[in-house]
Parts: sequence; structure tokens; C-alpha cells
Amino acid sequence: MRFLFKTRYEQDLGLFRDDVQRNCYVALLAAMVALPFLMPDFIPDFSLVLIYGLCGLSLMVLAGFTGLVSLGHAAFLGIGAYAHVYFSQTLGLPWIVSVALAAFVSAGAGVLVGLPALRMTGLYLAIATLAFAQIIQEVFNRWEAVTGGLKGEAVERPVIFGYSFHGDGVILGASIAYEDLAFYFLCLAFLIAALWLTRNLLRAPTGRAFVAIRDSEIAAQSMGINLALYKTMAFAYSAALMGVAGALFAHKIGFLAPDIFSILLSIQFLLMVVVGGLGSLHGAVLGAIFVALLPVAIGEVREGLPDWLGHLFAAFGPQASEAVAETVDRFVKQPGLEPGIFGLILVLFILFEPQGLYGRWGKIKLYFSQFPLYKRASFRRQKSYMRSERLR
Amino acid sequence: MTFFRADAIAIHFGGIKAVDGVSFEVEKGEVFTIIGPNGAGKTTIFNLVSRIYAPTAGRLIFCDEDITAVPPYQIARRGIARTFQNNELFEHASVLQNLLLGRHAHKRSNFLEELLFLPRVKRLELEHREAVEKVIDFLDLQPYRDSLIVNLPYGVRKVVEMARALCTEPKLLLLDEPSSGLNVEETGDMAFWIQDIRDLLGVTVLMVEHDMSLVSAVSDKVLALSYGRPLAIGTPAEVQSHPDVVRAYLGG
Repeated sequence: MRFLFKTRYEQDLGLFRDDVQRNCYVALLAAMVALPFLMPDFIPDFSLVLIYGLCGLSLMVLAGFTGLVSLGHAAFLGIGAYAHVYFSQTLGLPWIVSVALAAFVSAGAGVLVGLPALRMTGLYLAIATLAFAQIIQEVFNRWEAVTGGLKGEAVERPVIFGYSFHGDGVILGASIAYEDLAFYFLCLAFLIAALWLTRNLLRAPTGRAFVAIRDSEIAAQSMGINLALYKTMAFAYSAALMGVAGALFAHKIGFLAPDIFSILLSIQFLLMVVVGGLGSLHGAVLGAIFVALLPVAIGEVREGLPDWLGHLFAAFGPQASEAVAETVDRFVKQPGLEPGIFGLILVLFILFEPQGLYGRWGKIKLYFSQFPLYKRASFRRQKSYMRSERLR
Repeated sequence: MTFFRADAIAIHFGGIKAVDGVSFEVEKGEVFTIIGPNGAGKTTIFNLVSRIYAPTAGRLIFCDEDITAVPPYQIARRGIARTFQNNELFEHASVLQNLLLGRHAHKRSNFLEELLFLPRVKRLELEHREAVEKVIDFLDLQPYRDSLIVNLPYGVRKVVEMARALCTEPKLLLLDEPSSGLNVEETGDMAFWIQDIRDLLGVTVLMVEHDMSLVSAVSDKVLALSYGRPLAIGTPAEVQSHPDVVRAYLGG
């Protein structure tokens, strides 16, 4: 076991726990920089992971830290995406200004949702945000002057400070599209900046106030926290992050259509924070990796599984093998399979690993640090009757 | 000057008169205890004082100011802090974070500064930390600084909650049943701490308590309630021997 010996109060205020942790993150950053050169085929997928990381971070602030569950976060993504395209393409504003404005517009929408949501908690809030997302989707459909309506709108590639990247090149023996590579690093920079800002917020009084609201509204109020103000702030900040993610997302998919920002996407974001682990920034990123790469994995399985199972049954003769392959093929190519798998994973995580992937990581770490004294019971959930239910 | 006064406060939930015209005055630097059988309206009075409920009638005066209509989150800033009967701690945060939250009423940094964690924010955080450490030393919470609340035993949680209230640097501290769920030893410690809070920190204490040994050990004045109506007010000995109080507790 390793003990952290603290001698100064500043040690509790730092960005990292200690030098070891900082070095780990530096190593991780180096790995992230090297990644596209090592696996050039997957660069677009990695970019999506990073954008989803921003989305996860956004919902994590709201659901994981403030305890306000939103089922309509895809709407903020959409608002950010459409606003960015409108500002940068229709109005011709500089790219970075346009992204900032998209964040502001989205934050404004967040305040608008946040205000009526102040009186609601839990399920009711989720339903209200769901309704909001439906309304926004309808706005995307109808407001053709800005959104292009059902026809959709093409998104140009980003031009930043007059630079835009195109063409191919060979780096370290792999052929890489410069456009994809530049976009990957752009997303990486945005995600790191967002992580830094959010971490700052969370180690400051505002972040603590968010956590207080999550754990006990009544005590938070008695400590002098203005519930209305801080809930609105959480909504606005979360929506602003989503707006930035939306701007990047617009470039990622290259074509905006209203049906992209549907309830299914919102549920994917919720899946991210639950699977990653509510209440941790690591969880947001882990969840994003999981959710962004799951469809890739499902795609691979879809292609490979029927033949593989067919081979397995080859011993029963070619007819059996073919029949199995065909049945499995028909099953895995069902159109509704993906949302079904997402839903199943969400349910399984809530049932068996409520603290998500990051919670599991913590348990593994504890297992090794306390070996052989680890007790399973340390993490057993207890029912607690201590809190007063009367006041809410 | 009036330190704290409740002027005929009342709250009715439908037909139930939970508190029905209770008046009392708390002087600066005393321990004032409210006792009464279950359902007498003791905690309701606390909820009225901390503005979680709005009174149906009556006025609350604190430091010569009418606080009857002050929003609940402003109460801490006026200098009134409270604990809860069944612990309302932030369970998935560490003791330190809980106590730092007690400093929220003294927050002076704004959102933008915090987002960038400017040096000023850091300096303010260190100031808050110093204040918190004083309370930690005062209540002997050093071993629990970094533990999560969910992992702490009930007795410690009670102390943490009191510490959190002290971190707001209150003038008036409301303690809702500080000894409930504590064993005899812990209750003894609690009595000493309440005395220290009054004598060393100069904080006035308004408390609801059932444990009569604790009440008579620390209280300067006691108010007995029954069904939302005041029965008697006076020193602990006077109130305990008051015939109405005896009847309310024992019947007859």
C-alpha cells in the first residue's frame, strides 16, 4: 500500500493528486498524440470518441455531479451544430468565434430549460427535458431559413485562422488523410481544454455546490446555496459544453439533418455517463470510448459472426453450417438490434455495476493495493434510512 | 437589541396546527433548548427559523432584522446555521468537502474565475481551508478528513454535521437533536462540545433535545412545547418540575 503524505494544504488543491498521477496523464497524452499514427485507419472513429467525450463531460456535470438527469441532451448538441453552421457558413464569421457563439446559444437554451426545471427533480425533469428535445427537433425541421429543414445542410471543413487541411500524406509508413488528422488533434485540444475547465470548476466552490445539490438539496440550501441559481448554472455550463461538441460534431458528420439529434442519441449520452460511472470525469471519458466504439464492434460482429458460427457447425455437415449461418445472419441484421443492445447494457450496468466502468477500475485498484485483505463487502450497497424524507 | 426573537409564530398544514403561536427570546451567548413530546413541533420551529417553511403567522427577528421573508439560502449568510435530526450530509463527498461546503456562505469568487482557477481562487480556497482546519481541530475530526461520509459511523457523522454548521461561522447555531443515535459516551462528549461552542466560540445555541441529562447539563433556558403550544419556559429545573410539562410527558 502507498500512503500519500500531505504536508501543505495546496496539495489538496492541485490539478493532480501527486507527481505519479501527473506523469501518468502526461504518458496518456503522449499516447493520444501517437495513436493516430499507430492506427491510421481508425482516425475518424477516434475523433468521434473525443467528441463524445465532450458530450459525456457535459452530461456528467449535469447528471453525475448536480444530480439533474436530462433525456434531451441531443437537442443541445443539435443547437450547437446548427448554430455553428449558421454563424460560420451563412454569416461567414471566423471559425473560433462561431464555435464560441454556438456555445453561448446552447447555454442560453440550457438556461431556458433550466428555469422551469428548477421545480422538478428525477423522473419529472427527465420527461421535461425529453419534451424539450422533441420540440427542438421539430424546430430544426421547420425553421428552414436557418437549418435547411428536412433537406439538411452540408457542412464545410473547418478553416481555422485561415488554415484548412486537405490532401493525403505518408507519415511513418502509413498513408494518412491530413484533414482527418488535423481534425483529430482539434477535437483532442477541445476535450483537454474542457476537462481542464470542468476540473477547475469542480475543485472550486461552484463545483462543490453542484455536488451538494445532488446529495441533499435541503442541506445545500441551509449552507447558503441558492438552488435556483446553481441549477441554472449547471444547465448552462452543461449546455455550453454540448454546444462546442455540437460544432465539432457538425464537421465530423459533414451533413446536418434534424433526425440525427433524436431521443436515441440522448439515450446514448445517458448510457455514456451511466456506463462510465456517475460522478467522475474519468467515467465520462470511459463511457464515451465505450459508446463510440460499441457500434464499430457491433459492426465487426455483424460481419464476422454468421460465418464464424457457420464454421463452428461445419462438423454437422455443410447444410447445417449454412442454415446456422443464415439464421444468425438474419438475426444480427435486424434493424432494431443496436438500440436494443444499448438498452440492455444500460440495464445491466444499473443492476450490477452502478458505479460504472470507473467504479470497476477503482475496485480493481483497491484489490491490488489491499491484496490479500480485499473484502467484497466493502462495496456492498447498503440501504440507508438515516436521511429525513419528510422535507422533500 | 434583540438577538433572536420569535413573535407568536404559527404554521398550519391544512387543519393541523403544527406550531400555534409560539413566542420566545434567545439572548446572545446562551444555550436555549426546546423540549417536548414527539410531534410537539420542535423540528418544525427549526424549519421555520431556517426558512424551509414559511410561517402562517408571526415574525422572526434576528439581530434586530425581520427575517420572516428572507429567502432560505440567505439565512446562512445572516449567521444562522443548523444541523438536521437525521443527518443531511453530502454522502458521496469527503469530510473535508462537506466542511468546505459550510464555507459557501463566505464564497467570494465568481464563476469565471473558478473556471480558470485563477490565483485569487486558490488563495480564497486556502483561506477557507484554514477556517475549516480550525473547526477540525476544535472537534477532533483529524482522522476523518479524507474519508467519505458513507464510510463513517453514525456518531462521527453527527459531529461532522455540527462541524459543517460551525464552518459557516454562525452567530446562532441550531442543533436538531444532537444526541439522537449516540451512545452515552458520545452524548457526554457532545455536552462538552456544546459548552465549548458557547464559551470558547461565543456562539449562541438553540437546540432541540430529548436527552434530559444533556438538557440539564448545558441549557441556560428551556422551552417546553406540546402540540405546537408553549407549556413552560425557564431554567431546566423549573421546566422539568412544571406540572403541565409533567402531565404532557406522563399523561394524567
